[in-house]
Amino acid sequence: MSGVRILVGTRKGAFVLASDGKRDRWDISGPHFAGWEIYHLKGSPADPNRLYTSQSSGWFGQIIQRSDDGGKTWHQPGTPPGEPTTTPEGMPKAESNKFVYDTSPETGKPLTTHQWYDGTPHPWEFKRVWHLEPSLTDPDTVYAGVEDAALFRSIDGGQTWQELAGLRGHGSGDKWAPGAGGMCLHTILLDPSNHERMFTAISSAGAFRTDDAGKTWQPINRGLHSLYIPDPTAEVGHCVHRIAMHRSRPDVLFMQKHWDVMRSDDAGESWHEISGNLPTDFGFAIDVHAHEPETIYVVPIKSDAEHFPLDGKLRVYRSRSGGNEWEALTKGLPQSDCYVNVLRDAMAVDSLDKCGVYFGTTGGQVYASADAGDSWAPIVRDLPAVVSVEVQTLA
Amino acid sequence: MMIRVTLPSHLRKLARVDGEVKLDVEGQVTQRAVLDALEARYPMLRGTIRDQVTQKRRAFVRFFACQEDLSHESPDAPLPDAVATGAEPLMIVGAIAGG
Repeated sequence: MSGVRILVGTRKGAFVLASDGKRDRWDISGPHFAGWEIYHLKGSPADPNRLYTSQSSGWFGQIIQRSDDGGKTWHQPGTPPGEPTTTPEGMPKAESNKFVYDTSPETGKPLTTHQWYDGTPHPWEFKRVWHLEPSLTDPDTVYAGVEDAALFRSIDGGQTWQELAGLRGHGSGDKWAPGAGGMCLHTILLDPSNHERMFTAISSAGAFRTDDAGKTWQPINRGLHSLYIPDPTAEVGHCVHRIAMHRSRPDVLFMQKHWDVMRSDDAGESWHEISGNLPTDFGFAIDVHAHEPETIYVVPIKSDAEHFPLDGKLRVYRSRSGGNEWEALTKGLPQSDCYVNVLRDAMAVDSLDKCGVYFGTTGGQVYASADAGDSWAPIVRDLPAVVSVEVQTLA
Repeated sequence: MMIRVTLPSHLRKLARVDGEVKLDVEGQVTQRAVLDALEARYPMLRGTIRDQVTQKRRAFVRFFACQEDLSHESPDAPLPDAVATGAEPLMIVGAIAGG
């Protein structure tokens, strides 16, 4: 019997929502890591019992948690109790909550500052992991997008982390600047047809691609137009909120930018706008139907000053034509007095037939549609503010 | 010397301990010596109290003992005798912030 497991990260802990393939009755477990901010948790496509979680706190920093049994139990993979915490030479051992920027000339480049909000140089400071992206084939390999923006990789199940320093060091890193939420690397897309290719997105630097497994990177922002930066078509500086792809067509990318919904048909070499008839093209989340690569979903948000749905109506918009022509999906969603936000990592799809679509809100609701968005119902209504939603489709 | 340490609830949960922690600290009893002993016993706490690389106290973590704020003392300064003898605990506190 197939099933679905939804991994929900909130401001005050993680929750796991589980259902069989009918998706009408849900078991809810949590809060896991109660009181901590859970920016993201995600399962390995190669081993659905292997889950990784980013647990963080403004007080106590960053913790990586791992589960090997589908979320029943958790541990910090790099900190087995009873083992020495230093090497024989007395140096601290790398551990699962240790993220150190690579400033070596051989790999990264000695990059030490980026731009601050006022344009002045500011030192790179690690704050937290925004997004964890497990490898498509190896449960022990996982990527981490962090604030201040950088990409790290673990190849030992999260025990130790090394920066893929070619991204920050490719040339434009000293010009990156934080968005309102911080300077975060929030999107990591792995190309299922080419394991050397990977896409990342950074607020507010833009989108980047590697074609050699992370050694070298190039900005892929041609066609983006951002009125809020000095040069609206600059190579970097765009506030990309989220990128999505369908695994059958990894050269086709969909982007929710600060303003504008965009599309690329050439792996990011060029972008064109597909906002079409959306009532507002500001927003955070974007995703693609599991079986229809031209069917995409966004949740329009009124503006960058007013982070809630237009007119108090929570509407998912679906395009079945790859953009430009959008329909409002409202059945089961509140259509008055609704002023929640849907954050960038808070939408996901399952791969059942019909495709399930899920999103979480800053008001603590997780909504599910078991019919590709035609109708919706809340699974839970009163969680802490939802930061991220991921879905595992279980055989 | 057996040193008593209290942890904020989030860190107690992370280290899976209840109540005070008792640590055997050899040599002079300083903040650094106590934190080294704490992290050796509970490696899951590395990085949560002081930065992994610089070893500086995290901004929202404070150290108190014997009614005194020791947060800005040198990590290598001796802790009060009452802490060194185990009469009083070293209190590691999460700052009240946000409000």
